[in-house]
Amino acid sequence: MLIYWANDEYRITIFGHTFFRFFPDWFYATLKIPYRLSEGMAFHFLFMWFFTLNGILYILYTTISGEWRELVPKKSSFKDAWLVLLHDLHIRKTAPPQNKYNAAQRVAYTAIIVMGLGSVVTGLAIYKPVQFYYLTWLCGGYHFARILHFALTLGYVFFFVVHIVQVVLAGWGNFSSVISGFEVINEKPQTVIPTTNDDEEAR
Amino acid sequence: MKSPKLLFQQQTTMKKPGKKVKKEPTIEQQISRRNFISFSAFTVLAVGAFEGWRWLYKSAPETPGITAGAHKPLRRALNKTELFFRRTFSDNHLVKTYPKSMAARHVRVNSDIGVEAKKKFDPSTWKLQVNKKGGEILEVSLEELMALPKTEIVYDFKCVEGWDQISHWAGLKFSDFIKHFQLDEYAKMDYVGMQTPDKGYYVGIDMPSAMHPQTLLAYEMNDKPLPLQNGAPLRLIIPVKYGIKNLKRIGSITFSNNRLPDYWAEHGYDYYSGL
Repeated sequence: MLIYWANDEYRITIFGHTFFRFFPDWFYATLKIPYRLSEGMAFHFLFMWFFTLNGILYILYTTISGEWRELVPKKSSFKDAWLVLLHDLHIRKTAPPQNKYNAAQRVAYTAIIVMGLGSVVTGLAIYKPVQFYYLTWLCGGYHFARILHFALTLGYVFFFVVHIVQVVLAGWGNFSSVISGFEVINEKPQTVIPTTNDDEEAR
Repeated sequence: MKSPKLLFQQQTTMKKPGKKVKKEPTIEQQISRRNFISFSAFTVLAVGAFEGWRWLYKSAPETPGITAGAHKPLRRALNKTELFFRRTFSDNHLVKTYPKSMAARHVRVNSDIGVEAKKKFDPSTWKLQVNKKGGEILEVSLEELMALPKTEIVYDFKCVEGWDQISHWAGLKFSDFIKHFQLDEYAKMDYVGMQTPDKGYYVGIDMPSAMHPQTLLAYEMNDKPLPLQNGAPLRLIIPVKYGIKNLKRIGSITFSNNRLPDYWAEHGYDYYSGL
């Protein structure tokens, strides 16, 4: 798989005739990326440290603080995550209870950690395939490890786009709570004795 | 675990005039205070991250020397990272080998720097030059090298550009070469350098990688003498490095305790480039 190729190799050429180029010249001109492989590699091998350290600190924090309990999916989360998705796509009217993080968030925020771990492992497997030959073996060989490493990167892009769109849709109050750790909700006083059964009401 | 969300009833704030005693801050004050602190911290971090990135992106290039062409801080990071990952290097870690049947028939020729076809080169008059102390030069013919024990390897040759290819090579181990020509004291030095006869391409290699049991001075490919474009008469095959270090057509070998010149390290690539 020719990924990270220094020059444009992403094309379909049959008998010397190029039928299709995935990335036209303007794409490279706008992003200023051709012939900068060495620079890209240098950035990559610096930011891999930040990526890994950031991941380690995050996992340590969520573990020690107990926040992981709000983040790790529960038994019902996978089914509920589907309902959240249907709700957010406006296919379904009602959503499962939000709580701090809803079922879809639990699944997504845990998946991203597993993905991060996957990126570190597959990254090491292709970075030092001789010294860490057992990792390369574990990742299904040099080729497959590269495909995984690249696919995970695409996964981050997808996560990032969905994440930003959701933050925008959720509005300022939600964003503010992300920064400050609390959300202000004004509620009208409720009657103390419920007139209906809450459990039935919730469905 | 309780949700940290602060739920509270709508508050009717009542101002009690006249009292100057320090009071508990009202809920509104607590909210705005915490918001102020968190948003200030967020802004500082966000601006810091952005400025840090800009600083790095616009940082000056390194002073050209043995290495060149990279941003100064990035080169520092590459060199520090090398020191870290060098600790994982071991002669016992071998590159994966394959059966001969899996070796490519058409071995990719990716670069001809230093071995350009238009340059005049006669393999029959070629001799390997080993630069020894005090300007002494040891000359070795291909016949002498071929008389030594031959080692074969079929492995996945890897390029920084992203391609890799299983290929079949044969030659003598670099470590056998050192032993046979009694160069042991030179092998105690930290680096070995190799150049093409025209000095157009050159690599510098740390001694542990050069002395790795799979490092070959190769003169055969697919059981036949090396073709010119693949590095005849003698080339370096060093599986613990990317392709950029696998010099074709070795003209001379030099030893040093300092890093020796390396073509791609002068063009922004990592000096170590180890696998």
